[in-house]
Amino acid sequence: MSIGNVLGNDKRGRIELGAEKKVGWDEVTHGVVLHSFEDDATDVSSRKAEDRNYAQFSSYVATVASWRVIKPVYNRDICIDCQNCWIYCPDTSIISRDKQMLGIDYDHCKGCGVCVEVCPTNPKSLLMFAEAHNPEDALASWPEKKKKEEK
Amino acid sequence: MALKYDLQEVEVWDGNYAASHALRQAQVDVVAAYPITPSTPVVENYGQFVADGYVDGEFVMVESEHAAMSGCVGAAAAGGRVATATSSQGFALMVEVLYQASGMRLPIVLNLVNRALASPLNVRGDHSDMYLGRDAGWIMLDAFNAQEAYDMNLCAFRVGEHMDIRLPVMVNQDGFITSHTAQNVRPLSDEDAYKFVGEYVPVEEMLDFSRPVTYGAQTEEDWHFEHKARQHKALIDARPVIENVFAEFEKVSGRKYNRVESYLTNDAEVIIVALGTTVESARVAAQYLRDNEGIKAGVVAPRVIRPFPFDAIRTALENCKAIGAMDRSAPGGALGMLFNEVSAAVYTISSRPLVTNYIYGLGGRDLTMEQIKDIFRDLKKNVDAGYITTKIQQFIGLRGPKLEFFETRRS
Repeated sequence: MSIGNVLGNDKRGRIELGAEKKVGWDEVTHGVVLHSFEDDATDVSSRKAEDRNYAQFSSYVATVASWRVIKPVYNRDICIDCQNCWIYCPDTSIISRDKQMLGIDYDHCKGCGVCVEVCPTNPKSLLMFAEAHNPEDALASWPEKKKKEEK
Repeated sequence: MALKYDLQEVEVWDGNYAASHALRQAQVDVVAAYPITPSTPVVENYGQFVADGYVDGEFVMVESEHAAMSGCVGAAAAGGRVATATSSQGFALMVEVLYQASGMRLPIVLNLVNRALASPLNVRGDHSDMYLGRDAGWIMLDAFNAQEAYDMNLCAFRVGEHMDIRLPVMVNQDGFITSHTAQNVRPLSDEDAYKFVGEYVPVEEMLDFSRPVTYGAQTEEDWHFEHKARQHKALIDARPVIENVFAEFEKVSGRKYNRVESYLTNDAEVIIVALGTTVESARVAAQYLRDNEGIKAGVVAPRVIRPFPFDAIRTALENCKAIGAMDRSAPGGALGMLFNEVSAAVYTISSRPLVTNYIYGLGGRDLTMEQIKDIFRDLKKNVDAGYITTKIQQFIGLRGPKLEFFETRRS
């Protein structure tokens, strides 16, 4: 499975936050209640995110990461697919399928750096870079493996 | 299955116990509450009903009034019929969550047993807490005695849960004078009361797993105004629904309530507008002055404080010549709430009665019959003179030099 297959039919981050159709007071939802899905969601937990029919007000389909100033960059060559980052990410922004790490959901990642902190590889498979930093440059400048300190 | 409670045709209940029985008969699903004088017995008695098997519901003991109303919000959003009670400082602590409840359109019933707000600390009755809640987006009903505390609770569920309304409802009663004074109360049977209140129908309930919902979403300048406007419209539009519920209640109880209660007002020249137990005292004074001094006195009282009966109170007052608006809350550097709102309403009719403001009874200070008669006599003097002869705002029943502010500018 490749990243393309998962993200191909995914609605993740397809709209900017605030790009919904703006309706008048007579059409807003009762009590500011927002529905997460367009249709019956009884079995939604057994479906993968890309197969769920998210409603327009679910933040899943909106880009909500505009205030991020540093971002994690992922290095596939070092990653051992331990899933630590996937477990610890507070915003479910690690994309993983069949226990294989596929990348980072930059539409939801806030740049907290927890994934880097919990990454056990040497060197780390995830490192924080400035938001504007080019990922290819980041990968090219990845640090070397650190030797164990002599005891 | 909840046990049936055997009731007499006439029970001797205080306002708190009357409210407890109404909550029991409504078969509330969740009561989350924290005790505070003078409202404690409402939920204390209710807890006893739960323990004794008279209610199929949960009583949740929480660590504060903020938590109490938060528990109510959670249970109501989950899809249950919910109620609680509080007073004074507890109500003040609840305020943040009151706005959440109304914004989320959750039909919670809150018994607010009116008591002064500190400082100085005071457990006695005045309307400070009631006034504190008036912009919270709740429907506010006012009971003047124990019978009405019972009746208004039953009506509160019907009004708040109405599909066109879905708003939380406060039932106010005077601390101690109503809440702790045993009076004759004629309850409905359990069957009739529950039939009147009806089976609870949830809306957008969180426990419907086929349609997951978010409650308490954030909005900024792009959505907030529209949501608050819709909420305000629901509140204003509650007026005919409240009238219909009162009409339905008359059919099962024989007791007729109105958004504005008028007493001897048809030919009245001078009218007192008041809330709570003062209404009944003023009615006695009005009758006395009619019988003994020939003063055509009447009494008008908002049964429904929110939505403010701007239309109905204007109609009730349009033929009188002078109005005394009695506020039992420290006005905090302004004219009293009733004065301001009644004045605004009568400013839009051509008769333009003379309106004056009386601040009284703070912290449980007694209001005497003679003081009420003096207000009517003041108002009569204003009518005869054709202008306001006193200061516009006067404190009555207060020790020390006369405290009064503002006068009519006649040139």
